[in-house]
Amino acid sequence: MWQWLHPYAKPEATFHLVQKLLPWFLIPGLILSAVALVWGLAIAPQDYQQGESYRIIFVHVPAAMWSMGFYVAMAIAGLLALVWQIRTAELALLAIAPVGAVLTFISLFTGALWGQPMWGTWWVWDARLTAQLILLFLYLGVMALYIAFEDERAGAKAASILALVGVINIPIIHYSVYWWNTLHQQSTVTRAITRLEAPSIAPEMLYPLLVSIVAMMLVSAVLVMKRLNNEILRREIHRPWALTYLGIPVVQRNEE
Amino acid sequence: MSKPTPNTRKPVASGQIFRQIIRRDLRVAMRQRSDLLNPLIFLLIVITLFPLGVGPGPDILGRIAAGVIWVSALLSAMLGLERIFRDDFRDGALEQLMLLPVAVEFSVLAKIIVHWLLTAVPVLVITPLLALLLNLPIQAWGVLWLTLLIGTPILSAAGAIGVALTVSLNKGGALLSLLLLPLLVPLLIFATAAVEATLAGVSPAGPLALIGAFSVLSVTLAPFAVKAGLRVSVN
Repeated sequence: MWQWLHPYAKPEATFHLVQKLLPWFLIPGLILSAVALVWGLAIAPQDYQQGESYRIIFVHVPAAMWSMGFYVAMAIAGLLALVWQIRTAELALLAIAPVGAVLTFISLFTGALWGQPMWGTWWVWDARLTAQLILLFLYLGVMALYIAFEDERAGAKAASILALVGVINIPIIHYSVYWWNTLHQQSTVTRAITRLEAPSIAPEMLYPLLVSIVAMMLVSAVLVMKRLNNEILRREIHRPWALTYLGIPVVQRNEE
Repeated sequence: MSKPTPNTRKPVASGQIFRQIIRRDLRVAMRQRSDLLNPLIFLLIVITLFPLGVGPGPDILGRIAAGVIWVSALLSAMLGLERIFRDDFRDGALEQLMLLPVAVEFSVLAKIIVHWLLTAVPVLVITPLLALLLNLPIQAWGVLWLTLLIGTPILSAAGAIGVALTVSLNKGGALLSLLLLPLLVPLLIFATAAVEATLAGVSPAGPLALIGAFSVLSVTLAPFAVKAGLRVSVN
């Protein structure tokens, strides 16, 4: 692991790697997003129960899935940053956090839009919804803690620790919320809706959904990579390699 | 995490220092009693606000009593948390504590224990009064008290992590609640579930066991996270 990671502790190496990988994420991401949207929104059949409004699933489910996936990715970056003291991992954590928070927000927002016609309410204290809301708070906590520090490196370290504490706690929160919800009476609409999300979904709907899940991952990853590279450039702006990359003659360095 | 401690020559020192930290912190706290009393008064006032807010009907109050007491306990705990490390950070004692020839985790555990003794025990003492004020049916009093007894170490342990991360910040207070309260959601859920189970005539053993597990987990693991957090805050 260390052998493989070691070269990328250097921001310059990471920057060029990300720069090389970027088109491989961007182009398939854009194509698959277009495919998923056209397929999901126009071609896939209507739902016999929910009509057209179920189509928000093609945004809602990918966002919800990756909101959790990106939290785990963020915690892994935090672990790398803390254990191996890799500075680029700190930057990766900071790059992931807002993207993950937005994904969480999208899943909550589209969920509310979907809930209104289906359940007749914008919000219910269903287990999934509650767990997702708490996930949003965890993301916000990580971001707020980083911002609160004057020293960027100390802030990144503190945020890494919090992300790790959060990732240990997430399963506990998840199961406690599920368990809490089963104590209260579960709404019948909720059960109807979760049945739709179970594997019993029709294949004509499942395939565009899978495409949209992959597309969402690629597009979000592109955002993270862009954020990461911008941050690396911002921190390394005084280095010769960054200046040559930006096309600024190295001699002008003293003016900064 | 498991750095070899340089105290291998004198293995006696750890326990002695552990006791000394506890004694010192208790003594310091006893000299600033208002710090201890204020969160407790805050707790009482919040509890008083609820009947005024939702109406004094004994039925409603009895139904929400456990939740209200736990939410208020969480909020008042947030209020008093900072003192785990704040004063020691300001006067430099924290730095000295980290330079001691014993594992930092050990000293942190001592501080968590002192914090629990100073904040949770008074709450445990006045819990019957709170239950009485909110008209909690008497058969649930014992279980509520038990949830507080085994649940409050989680507050002190998780709180120590949050304070370790924010102690060097000037505006740490509100941030601390933002970081900690989402992590404490399971505690609130299990605690109120235990009381609800008792009121419904079911055995509360399940939720109580879960709180116990959560409590043991956080008290044993928190010192490691606290140490990492203090390393960031104390430069």
